[in-house]
Amino acid sequence: MINRFLFTKLMMALLWCNTLFAQNPKAETGVFALTNATLYTVTNGVIENGTLIIQDGKIFDMGTDSSIPAGAEVLNCQGLSVYPGLIDAGTQLGLKEIGSLQETRDESELGEITPQMNALTAINPNSVLIPVTRVAGVTTVLSTPSGGMFPGTAALINLHGYTPQQMFAGFKGVILNYPSSAKPWWDKRPEKEFDKEYKQKIKRLTETWEKAVFYHTLDSAYQAAPSSAEKPSYFPEIAALLPAVRGEEPLLVEVNKDSDILKALAWVKQHRIKAVFTGVKEGWRVADSLAAAKVPVITGPVLSTPSRGYDRYDKAYANAGLMKKAGVKVAIRTSEAENVRNLPYHAGFAAAYGLGKKEALEAVTIVPAEIFGLAQEMGSLEKGKQATLFITDGDPFETKTQVKQVFIKGWKVPLINRQTLLYDEFLERSDQVVSPTK
Amino acid sequence: MKRYFLSFLLVLGSLGIYAQIPNGSVLIQNGTVLTITQGTRKNTDVLILEGKIAKIGTDLKAPKGVKVIDAEGLFVMPGIIDAHSHIAIDAVNEMTSPVTAEVWTGDALNPFHISIYRALAGGVTISHAMHGSANAIGGQNETIKHRYGVTDPELLRMKNATRTIKFALGENPTRVHGKYHNVPPKSRMGVEAVIRNAFEEALAYQKKWKEYKQQGGNGIAPEYNLRLQTLVDILNGEVMIHCHSYRADEILMLMQVCEDYGIKKICFQHVNEGFKIAPELAKFGAYASVFSDWWAYKFEVYYSTAYNAAILTNNGVTTSINSDSDELIRHLYHEAAKTQKYGELSDEQALAMITINPAKQLGIDQRVGSIEVGKDGDIAIFKNHPLSIYAIPQMTLVDGILHFDIHNDPDDMRVYVNPEEDIDTANFDDHGHDHKCLQGLELFLGEK
Repeated sequence: MINRFLFTKLMMALLWCNTLFAQNPKAETGVFALTNATLYTVTNGVIENGTLIIQDGKIFDMGTDSSIPAGAEVLNCQGLSVYPGLIDAGTQLGLKEIGSLQETRDESELGEITPQMNALTAINPNSVLIPVTRVAGVTTVLSTPSGGMFPGTAALINLHGYTPQQMFAGFKGVILNYPSSAKPWWDKRPEKEFDKEYKQKIKRLTETWEKAVFYHTLDSAYQAAPSSAEKPSYFPEIAALLPAVRGEEPLLVEVNKDSDILKALAWVKQHRIKAVFTGVKEGWRVADSLAAAKVPVITGPVLSTPSRGYDRYDKAYANAGLMKKAGVKVAIRTSEAENVRNLPYHAGFAAAYGLGKKEALEAVTIVPAEIFGLAQEMGSLEKGKQATLFITDGDPFETKTQVKQVFIKGWKVPLINRQTLLYDEFLERSDQVVSPTK
Repeated sequence: MKRYFLSFLLVLGSLGIYAQIPNGSVLIQNGTVLTITQGTRKNTDVLILEGKIAKIGTDLKAPKGVKVIDAEGLFVMPGIIDAHSHIAIDAVNEMTSPVTAEVWTGDALNPFHISIYRALAGGVTISHAMHGSANAIGGQNETIKHRYGVTDPELLRMKNATRTIKFALGENPTRVHGKYHNVPPKSRMGVEAVIRNAFEEALAYQKKWKEYKQQGGNGIAPEYNLRLQTLVDILNGEVMIHCHSYRADEILMLMQVCEDYGIKKICFQHVNEGFKIAPELAKFGAYASVFSDWWAYKFEVYYSTAYNAAILTNNGVTTSINSDSDELIRHLYHEAAKTQKYGELSDEQALAMITINPAKQLGIDQRVGSIEVGKDGDIAIFKNHPLSIYAIPQMTLVDGILHFDIHNDPDDMRVYVNPEEDIDTANFDDHGHDHKCLQGLELFLGEK
């Protein structure tokens, strides 16, 4: 008895020392060996009892007979599973801190045509929201500006790094809010007035695009022969559209209503634009057209209400599955900032309501990687890809599953954030409880 | 089902019976019954007769004419209860004064809201239709049963439920009144003063009536004042306070005020910083009704943690998970499951957060919130365990009547269709966080 008591005391003293000297654990990198793990590769099935070696930020080796390099830190993953980091293909993470405080929000600039507004410029690497998100296994997100017709250029970021450049994950894309013919509930203007503005927007969209195509001609001529051609004048909002005009990066077209989706399909076809459609809430109504046009889709939030009073209650849950069934390539997003951590649950609901577990996992890993042209680097567990992955004690979509470890580009990220620190401090307060009255 | 209800009402109408609460009888066979209060019972039958749970056991026989539901392989739990919502009401905020105890959401019930059906499709049978959070002392709330299909608002009410009233602390009342209208409260100090002043006024009002009655009703009767009378009812324990609150300091303040005025029962709503003062809440006996994980939508919820419910529960506070949203109300079973990720609560603890605990907070735990003989036949049936992400609600019963059946679920479940509404009308703005609580603000402030 006494021995055990002494032992406990000693252990507590040790623990106390640890906490005293390791107050702010930092991310660590090096060589790691994840052993005895169930590896959910996404692209090559499931490897039971596998080993995964992380070195130089990459998956150095992986399989059932990988040898462990000398000096590697071994993490025994007996009974645990490893998944590629989850990718949320549409968020405001890093751009928006506190919803009601304008001073803390940078996702929206004034103006209708502002594609030169660069999300990466305003990403706050120290946002309190970021550590809260990555402990859920969401490692990579697309941060998107919002607002006018061309509100800005979105950036894909990894949720670890001291500067936006360190976080940048290799994809930028111009956003187009395709003019919506659905009058929002809060817009109390008469129908006529709304329609007039809608038509003007459609006109302005095409004018803007034609300007950009013309600018591309001038700019290309200048790039080909800088000495003879005239340099096009400074026109930042048009210049920012060039990657989309040239098809170097897809144009991210936000569109939700069935009739608008069809119009947008016709518009991108007419202008031969490489497009990805986002939102696509009523995609299930026009899924065959989307599939025929081979336009990939980033849909979400899955956890939302149907767009029409007469739609079946579960249409928002079922949308991803219905589109996939019709042959559309589907990724899933949350459209969140502070609760991007719920991405696994959006995927889980889509899985339960028709998409299927395998397809739902793909929709938050390899499919967004493909859409962003980064499938060689991320989105699955494969030798040579970035070591961006997480370890769980179960199905990553199940609510009670715990994430045991997260790696982002080979960095072992501490699983703490303000919310876990508050839990640690307040679960059992150390003071004597006093009555609220004196 | 809609047709069933309409014909039902027609029959009632022809008999000249008005406002008779419909009930049904049904035998649910061979389910895994999550009783909440008496453990989990496999392969068990639940017999509901005339809207009440009559028997729980094995091999029960259905009396003649009683419908049988085969729940083999399914999970049977009590209907889910949402202690904070704003569905089925046409008005949320009476924001014309910092104190509006005289108004009542029960006067604005709308049985035609499609959100009632959508909540049923998430297993929710009861919700607390609350006044908004614009005023320090807001209006009275109504506890409703989701008897979707009725057209008489009276039939939505849960008769004889405990009366409740909305209070609100912090940013919302100080913004609406102090910031925009230069009327106190403009600060958390002002909120306390407004509430104390109101209670003092109520005591004076009560005294006047007492004196008048002591004189045998001689002399001139004091002027009747519904606002003050409602406040008197709070002081006398007849109306329970449900207080919108976030920060620890303001919660402590209201507990102190309650203590000073002898108010024993209070439920804090949202209570994002409740975890900081969980021992004080437990000692007072206050209830907490929280979000599973909403935070950061305003400054007063920036220092939140999704472990709130777990910390409160582990410190002995009776805690529920609520929606405050016509979207979240559809998957409260999933919201409750998040307490297993954030704090590793047991299945029983997690499920209690959306059944018996909110029932206690609404003062209706003797009638609903668990599967026990004598309680109302409010039942939700799930494929897969309700705390699993793969759970899919199959059927929902209120008072023994099947209101949602996934196998008999036409797309269009509206009871009333506005003939002037364009078929092309669609809505793509999901209401933001904390939106519903301030519904009506845009009109009041002349803003968009």
